[in-house]
Amino acid sequence: MLEIITFSTLNGVLYGMLLFMMASGLTLIFSMMGVLNFAHASFYMVGAYFGFEISRRVGFWPGFVVAPLLVGALGALVERYGLRRVHRFGHVAELLFTFGLAFVIEELVNMIWGKLPVDYRVPPSLDFVAFRLFDTTYPAYRMFMLATAVAIFAFLLIVLKRTRVGLIIQAALTHPNMVAMLGHDVPTVFMMVFGVGAALAGLAGVIAGPALVTQPAMAGLLGPILFVVIVVGGLGSLAGAFVASLLIGLIQTFAVAINVSLADMVGGDAASRFGELGHVTVAQIAPVLPYLLLVLVLILRPTGLFGNRET
Amino acid sequence: MSALLEVENLNAYYGKSHILQGVDFHVGEGEIVSLLGRNGVGRSTTIKAIMGDVRSHGSIRFKGREIAGLKPHQIARLGLGYVPENRDIFPGLTVRQNLLLGQKTARQTGRWSEADMFRIFPRLEERADTAAGVLSGGEQQMLTMCRTLMGDPDLVMIDEPTEGLAPKMVELVGRLLGEIAGRGISILLVEQKLTIALKISGRLYVMGHGRIVFAGTPAEFAANKQVRQEWLEV
Repeated sequence: MLEIITFSTLNGVLYGMLLFMMASGLTLIFSMMGVLNFAHASFYMVGAYFGFEISRRVGFWPGFVVAPLLVGALGALVERYGLRRVHRFGHVAELLFTFGLAFVIEELVNMIWGKLPVDYRVPPSLDFVAFRLFDTTYPAYRMFMLATAVAIFAFLLIVLKRTRVGLIIQAALTHPNMVAMLGHDVPTVFMMVFGVGAALAGLAGVIAGPALVTQPAMAGLLGPILFVVIVVGGLGSLAGAFVASLLIGLIQTFAVAINVSLADMVGGDAASRFGELGHVTVAQIAPVLPYLLLVLVLILRPTGLFGNRET
Repeated sequence: MSALLEVENLNAYYGKSHILQGVDFHVGEGEIVSLLGRNGVGRSTTIKAIMGDVRSHGSIRFKGREIAGLKPHQIARLGLGYVPENRDIFPGLTVRQNLLLGQKTARQTGRWSEADMFRIFPRLEERADTAAGVLSGGEQQMLTMCRTLMGDPDLVMIDEPTEGLAPKMVELVGRLLGEIAGRGISILLVEQKLTIALKISGRLYVMGHGRIVFAGTPAEFAANKQVRQEWLEV
């Protein structure tokens, strides 16, 4: 039992931190544009593929550094030459643009790397057991992922709270016109935020690729969960995105570890009233739980945990 | 006196309504000029058009250079400062951080320092590390003005600085305006009330229905009862 709790907590925090690497950029970009960027998870996928491509040529570490930078540059270009032009036609146009972009990226990945998963592996330098608790081992690569995610979190916090550019970003999220009229180049700041957001998603892809599966469907699998995170946390709230990321990370990992059904808890007779449902285990409904949470939050607290605007 | 800001035939539209219908005026170097008029005649729109925040056509020259069509941050960087009417402070940032963002670059030094601001408004120093969103309306007005001054503008355009303020605060605003003028900085003051405007302005313009309907000195204005009745008194 103790080992289940320990490992589920570790995995949950890890998954949550990975979600936060993407949700942080997405929620900042939402604050800027006023619409969700449907292509955000695509940057995560592109990061994984770039990481894979670079790692098989020159090794994992160059990919770890270069792939996120490339994805960041791609993101900045998308903002500068795509979204900024579409912006004047309104939110619906922006939304459709990002929606279309997600499909374009997925098809491009299909064309270049094929529909099957690619062989993106954990680098040998990180392919060992970090520690053993009771009879279960924990891979070093996962600890590395966790360390990377924590480092990125600290970096974001310092940049946003302690630097001048962070102050400009915070002010520009709510009062872009005023910030511009004080002499700050707000469009360039927004392009940078978009680029950094994309780079973080890309980095998440680079490190998650070897641990999960690098395949064209990975963006589609993750995208909906990301939206759950930022809606539950409160659209536009960075603190909310952090708490919601961890919450959903933990809920999902704990749920799959709990192999108990309603019948096990209250007894077969009481549970029989629910028919088949009484025998479904928590682990089986784990994938649905984030969406259930989304629905509950929307009903009980439409602004999300930390948000101040209606969804 | 050479003109620092020259506006000629400025036109602006909100949708189909023609808000500015050929506005002409100028502000000289070191001069204090007031733009008076009732609500809705286009005074704020005029300033926003000059700052590039409202689309307009016509000619706007600042320091002899045509600035119409430039982006707001480029206009600000030329030395035009703007203090909005709605006290657009950044509520989540502290008072000190708000002032910091008034500076255009981290290393900018100019005629004004944080210490100047705290000397003029000791209240801001007391609340330096408080979130600006919890300040009173008057304190927010002070902060907005100080923030713009931190950017070291050569001309400040101030939109209704005394609107809704207690008499004591109005007096403080008047003192700051005096201090600004004392440093040779030009002021374009948008006002509805005449108290401060008549006292400190070298020249006045009155706007009505999107154009300038009177231009002259405070004395000429005082003598022209018809303009006051038709365009200002309610």
